[in-house]
Amino acid sequence: MTNYADLSSREAYGKVLVELGQNNNDIIVLDADLSRSTMTKFFAQAFPERFIQCGLAEQNMISIAAGLASCGKIPFASTFAVFASNRCFDQVRMCVAQPKTNVKIVATHGGITVGGDGSSHQAIEDIALYCSLPNFTVIVPSDSIETVEVIKTAITTKGPFYIRLGRPKTPVIYNKGCSFKLGKADILKDGRVATIIATGIMVAKALEAAEKLSQSSINCRVLNMSTLKPIDDQAIIEAARITGAIITAEEHLLHGGLGSMVAQVLANNMPVPMLSLGINDTYCKSGNPEELLAIHGLTSDNIERAVKDVLTRKIVK
Amino acid sequence: MSDYSTSELEGIARKLRYDVIKMISQAGSGHPGGSLSAADIVTALYFKIMRHDPKRPGWPERDRFVLSKGHAAPILYAALAQCGYFPSEWLSTLRKAGTCLQGHTDSTLTPGVDVSAGSLGQGLSVGIGMALAAKIDKKDYQTYVLLGDGECQEGQIWEAAMFAPNYKLDNLTAIVDYNGIQLDGFTKDVMNLEPFLEKWRAFKWEVIEIDGHDMKQVIGSLETVKNIKDKPTVLIAHTIKGKGVSFMENNVDFHGKAPNKSETDIALKELS
Ligand SMILES: Cc1ncc(C[n+]2csc(CCOP(=O)(O)OP(=O)(O)O)c2C)c(N)n1
Repeated sequence: MTNYADLSSREAYGKVLVELGQNNNDIIVLDADLSRSTMTKFFAQAFPERFIQCGLAEQNMISIAAGLASCGKIPFASTFAVFASNRCFDQVRMCVAQPKTNVKIVATHGGITVGGDGSSHQAIEDIALYCSLPNFTVIVPSDSIETVEVIKTAITTKGPFYIRLGRPKTPVIYNKGCSFKLGKADILKDGRVATIIATGIMVAKALEAAEKLSQSSINCRVLNMSTLKPIDDQAIIEAARITGAIITAEEHLLHGGLGSMVAQVLANNMPVPMLSLGINDTYCKSGNPEELLAIHGLTSDNIERAVKDVLTRKIVK
Repeated sequence: MSDYSTSELEGIARKLRYDVIKMISQAGSGHPGGSLSAADIVTALYFKIMRHDPKRPGWPERDRFVLSKGHAAPILYAALAQCGYFPSEWLSTLRKAGTCLQGHTDSTLTPGVDVSAGSLGQGLSVGIGMALAAKIDKKDYQTYVLLGDGECQEGQIWEAAMFAPNYKLDNLTAIVDYNGIQLDGFTKDVMNLEPFLEKWRAFKWEVIEIDGHDMKQVIGSLETVKNIKDKPTVLIAHTIKGKGVSFMENNVDFHGKAPNKSETDIALKELS
């Protein structure tokens, strides 16, 4: 048995594909010259006849995946998140989103924590792009264990999926197991003072911040919003009603990401003071992952401060 | 533009390879293989063939160079530093926070870099735009685009390949660094490009095949290109990925991995 907790999310993805591929011959994996990085290489080794190497041709890969899906296969197409979103967006729209083909796009190296490669390789628009597409389900797992559950769900749920994973190994959230429910936010910590809603690698930072805040009796609710589309409106509205203040944190542009989507739900249903942490309308640069997160205000300290800030605006009844 | 001898140019190429290894080692990540395979071509362009002035990176009359395979940025940075576009001290900042030398080329940060790249397959089209502008403005500068072989699997390369002869862009030269390796393995196994020369010929390019590590051939072919009229030329440069460092040569593992301390020592010794 693979111990997924020891792996990065992309390694967990590569390994679980092999596990699931054993009992499901419909699973076909496609890659565009990045199988050594996306970790689909494990599947390529285990099931060479069901691995399709497309070479450096992302657009072709997506449309091929759509063709496979139309014949009953469950294609997983992988490449880096920048290319999976920006490079083949029209192919995704025409061949996957509109016709609702059963294509699972699993993109690795999401966000700025790819690090040294710099802006050309940092996907910061992918969530906005994919969430803009009707019929798509968009998920950013928070750790390797949740990744495994998300991949299982993607196989059993018909329709287009975009799943974003990161490059570095990140802290494990679900040491005690994960019961991922598609479209449902997971309450990782309860509190009544404010709610921190986070996604992806920012979930661990949110928990860290909440821990520090609780030492000064600021007890926050922490929501893992791994499914970004369809977003869990009810969880957001309830958090607003009970805690009266919301902070969001994401490794993505503020425009069109988690913060924008939460703001829309709040504005339409239950406006409360809110503060969004994310990348503020800029391309990012080379650097090591933690440095880059600090430069863009995405540390647990930043979240802690944001909570205190938003509390000064909270309307106390 | 310069009167370096062939052996002097070979010496410069060795120095640039040395810098590449040092930079990538200090950065702890990067792409040595494709930087080393392109070293002789980049040297020939910057130290013999191209009209350019390090003191005036924006000089409108300069020849243009597009590093379409943007992950080979270290070899371009080494050449630009050697030319004097920026201080050689910058090289040790590669990929670090606050640097002007990003992991992939960034035209907004680095003097002498005209094109941001890193998403493969787009540089030939950008080069076409530059060559078209020269025609429109009746300028005589040349445009050179360096492509990877794996990169040539991208569809956009072939859209550009169809375009350039239609517009008779004889001021545009593509150079394919045909080192036979991409990220996942050997190009012939990942997605074979062959028959490659015939493809370019069918698209109506002038095709010249060279040994991309034979400085005389590289220079000679680039001189020849200047006299070819009414169509673009592609140089298919046969190269060795990792050229110059024994254990990197033809080794897929050094496509995108920095050498560790002891590997760096060996590599630098081999290159000095
Ligand atoms: C559009 C796109 N897809 C994928 C990548 C990831 N990638 C970086 S380098 C590389 C292999 C490139 O091979 P090649 O063009 O032969 O370059 P070289 O061997 O000269 O380094 C890949 C797949 C990328 N940079 N851009």
